Amino acid sequence: MNLFSTLSAFALPATIAAILIVGITRKVRIYEVFTEGAKDGFTTSISLIPHLVAMMVAVSVFRSSGALQLFIHLISPLLHRIHFPAELVPLALLRPISGSGSLALVTDLFKHAGPDSFLGRVASTMQGSTDTTLYVLTVYYGSVGIRNPRYSVKVGLLSDLVSVFASLFAVHMIFGK
Amino acid sequence: MNYIWFGLFMSGILVAAFTGHIHAVTEGVLTGAKDGVLISFGLISVIAFWLGMMKIAEEAGLVQLLAKMLRPISKWLYPSVPSDHPAMGSLIANMSANILGLGNAATPIGLKAMRELQSLNGDSTTASDAMCTLLAMNTASLTLIPATMIGLRMEFHSKNPGEIISTTMLATFIATGAAVIFDRFFRRVEAMRWRRRNRI
Repeated sequence: MNLFSTLSAFALPATIAAILIVGITRKVRIYEVFTEGAKDGFTTSISLIPHLVAMMVAVSVFRSSGALQLFIHLISPLLHRIHFPAELVPLALLRPISGSGSLALVTDLFKHAGPDSFLGRVASTMQGSTDTTLYVLTVYYGSVGIRNPRYSVKVGLLSDLVSVFASLFAVHMIFGK
Repeated sequence: MNYIWFGLFMSGILVAAFTGHIHAVTEGVLTGAKDGVLISFGLISVIAFWLGMMKIAEEAGLVQLLAKMLRPISKWLYPSVPSDHPAMGSLIANMSANILGLGNAATPIGLKAMRELQSLNGDSTTASDAMCTLLAMNTASLTLIPATMIGLRMEFHSKNPGEIISTTMLATFIATGAAVIFDRFFRRVEAMRWRRRNRI
């Protein structure tokens, strides 16, 4: 399995090297072209500020006020009935709305249950197999001024739900209980 | 989006008011706003870097080559985008970055794809079909190597940090498949509603 971590460590440098090597052999003026492309980085990021501030403020109020805990408290009996592990409920709910928040929850689970426990494995899979839906929607649509996302929110949240159960299923199937 | 925003805010304020720590709202607003700005500024570096790299890859013909190789998949995923349009190259590069686990490259390239799709969209404020598909793909995010999680597991002395690669692949595959199906399904529902409305 060390192979995989080595592979993942090499993915970034290898991609950069490949782009540079092909560039220089095809006589691209790589330095000038790079700076020309990078120029747009500043304007793109700055245009995201209003959207990210709006979303982060709402998410932060939702979490710090205790509304998240209340919500978890309200729906856990329901999840308990379908044998969904109670410890994973907060993570499942926070994953689509806050990437750093859910990462903190995973860290907490690792501390208490250990990374190699059933919970630790499911948490790793849940965190790793999907992206933060609300963040992606905010950033992508915000950057080009889309105000009507049509059904994107629904699709994003539904596939998060699928990913939660798929993670449980995957760990069950590959490692057993 | 409006309802989600409203819901997050109002439930937070109401809960804080009833549980008697209303100051948490003020704190939440301040830290949230700060986080938003910090993330935006943090993105400058990665976006600038990857847009620069993408420009080299484009001029060297790498993006076009990748686009040609993956044409069957992309044509199926994005039927509304002409296959020789620059947006197609970015869409495919975004997908490749996700698969390779280059999370911080995927977003800048995805934003570039959004800009190119927006030019096809006639600068409308409503998302196009292709944008919805791109978003579905990126919120589900097909990941083969979950580098962050492997790193975190190492930190916690996991006996086998990489063992979750197989479960992640399985879960991400199911979820991304579901996202693509949902995307198609809701588009069809929307079209059906539109047709019905126009007939009456």
